[in-house]
Amino acid sequence: MTDFTLSCPLPITERKTVVLGHGSGGKLSARLIREVFLPAFDNPLLNRLDDQAVLQAGAARIAFTTDSFVVTPLFFPGGDIGKLAVHGTVNDLAMSGAAPLALSAAFILEEGFPMEELARIVASMAEAARAAGVPIVTGDTKVVPRGAADGIFITTSGVGLVPAGVNISASLARPGDKILLSGSIADHGMAVMSKREGLEFEGDIQSDTAALHRLVAEMVAAGEIHALRDPTRGGLGATLVEIATTAAIGVEAESAAIPVREPVRAACELLGLDPLFVANEGKLAAFVAPESAARILEAMRANPLGRDAVLIGEAVESHPGMVLLKTEIGGTRVVDLPFGEQLPRIC
Amino acid sequence: MKYVDEFRNRTLARKLLAEIRRTVTRPWVIMEVCGGQTHSIVKYGIDQLLPPEVELVHGPGCPVCVTALESIDRAHSLARRPGVIFCSFGDMLRVPGSDGDLFRIKAQGGDVRVVYSPLDCLKVARANPAKQVVFFAIGFETTAPANAMSVWQARAEGLANYSILVSHVTVPPAMTAILESPGNRVRAFLGAGHVCAVMGWEEYEPLAARYRVPIVVTGFEPADLLEGILMAVRQLESGRSVVENQYGRAVLREGNPDARRMIARVFEPCDRAWRGIGVIPGSGYQLREEFAAFDAARVFDLAGIISHEPEACISGLVLQGARRPLDCPAFGTSCTPETPLGATMVSAEGACAAYYNYGRRR
Repeated sequence: MTDFTLSCPLPITERKTVVLGHGSGGKLSARLIREVFLPAFDNPLLNRLDDQAVLQAGAARIAFTTDSFVVTPLFFPGGDIGKLAVHGTVNDLAMSGAAPLALSAAFILEEGFPMEELARIVASMAEAARAAGVPIVTGDTKVVPRGAADGIFITTSGVGLVPAGVNISASLARPGDKILLSGSIADHGMAVMSKREGLEFEGDIQSDTAALHRLVAEMVAAGEIHALRDPTRGGLGATLVEIATTAAIGVEAESAAIPVREPVRAACELLGLDPLFVANEGKLAAFVAPESAARILEAMRANPLGRDAVLIGEAVESHPGMVLLKTEIGGTRVVDLPFGEQLPRIC
Repeated sequence: MKYVDEFRNRTLARKLLAEIRRTVTRPWVIMEVCGGQTHSIVKYGIDQLLPPEVELVHGPGCPVCVTALESIDRAHSLARRPGVIFCSFGDMLRVPGSDGDLFRIKAQGGDVRVVYSPLDCLKVARANPAKQVVFFAIGFETTAPANAMSVWQARAEGLANYSILVSHVTVPPAMTAILESPGNRVRAFLGAGHVCAVMGWEEYEPLAARYRVPIVVTGFEPADLLEGILMAVRQLESGRSVVENQYGRAVLREGNPDARRMIARVFEPCDRAWRGIGVIPGSGYQLREEFAAFDAARVFDLAGIISHEPEACISGLVLQGARRPLDCPAFGTSCTPETPLGATMVSAEGACAAYYNYGRRR
């Protein structure tokens, strides 16, 4: 690069302002975390970059996590912001193998927000918490002037207990691991998008929002799990890249093995979106010891939330940090983190 | 999924590849015109599976990439104005102009909205009578009919707050420019299937005859592309040069007469500047005089906008098929989707972005 001078007029990432892509779960998000939050908060628990921190408290290991929910629209096929707020935090705890104990809920409400909608959301949260067996034990409410928020923002935090002997973290995935996926991908993202954009797709696209802690407990009982993630923002693609990077392993997966439901696939085709990078709210990807894979897969399929679980690939020693996907016709492509939000293509 | 799965079938792909290998006897350079085809080729790894004699070069058919910097700067100027709701196809939002992109303008308070169809803009215009709604009408013949329709309908409804900023481009003049360029290596084209679904292929017949290049109207799925390549190789090997249609399930010789009529009613041909390439005569559409009231370039004052392009970027040569993305010293180093120097690195259909996103590195 010495004999080549570049004068880029547009250092597009040297942004003076936050843009939506910073919240997309892609490269811009990763950069924001790396450049703003990690240096400021720097500590070993945070630096693991798992979905939760696991704290040692005496003999107990406590999983601790938090998540904010800002979805538009608030109600979508298969769920609503309240359900998401409960399931999302329960799942972040569950991805460490923890049994969730309790949640907190904080609400930021915009002046003028309809009381009836708030009541519906709260009832939905209560229902989701009851069904998950995880109570909401503390909370907070703030109201901001009209225009200072978009209706309602919810933040939930959660604590859980990690059973003795369970040690699950993205950094523990290793070559030879089999990669299991609990079911079809992209349902949630496309359900929200179809509602948001007023697109009417033939067929039924529902969010997959669900609490996964019981499924995880059954998997933990069935065999040796190294890493677990629920592929939310950024989709399965981002999850695989994150685990490959964190654990410094290569990932090889088979495109044809990854289930995408028919109407979801059609909607993605129509909009030019890659289902690999579309959000899920009730799925998980697991890196498991090869000798445990068959038993864990069987345990997953015995649970309704893992009924369609499949083996999609394995971790390898070569090309650390890189995810290779075998295409339907036998070619290979590299899966990289999306830059920001996926944009619908023009044609 | 019907019309998709059968064209992503591995057995069929293998059969076509074997047939291409059997047929080819010497090196040929084939250009796929459309960015959607480039995207598929790299996504499925089709080029890696071809015999070494067949070299694919990527054409200028990424509408986002070829939209002139001046047009983008004009769009950005409009999007920044208070009282304007600026509507655009999604992948135009990240394309850098001389100063930032539409995402930045949005973050700074500009009312920028992504639409899937220009007809959605009419809804926005009806709902916001006190605002001016401007649609960024870019693209090839593929997007032109719906864009024309939006103006047609706006006039019929008497919508006074809707206009379009037109930066349409057309394929045949670009193919001519490539064939006329001094260092041209392209010996055959895979025609852009969706453009031909609108326009048909009559206008390609004189090109095939005059320049003796086979042109195969081709679809976008792996088996479409492989079959299109096979048909092109067969023509090349046997010394034929005619227009053939691989994409029979979508394209007729006369195209879509209703869509063509709508384009002809609303638009007329004009000279157009292509980003990275320059002005190609007769390669664009502009609004006809009778629709001047819907022409954002006339409704708004757009004087005094100065555009400047980064010098290091070779996207113009990439768009002409003269260079490949990996030939650029900036590729993957100072030019990435995060820090694009040129539009070919921005759009998913841009050849540089396709190479980068699907992991083609040096």
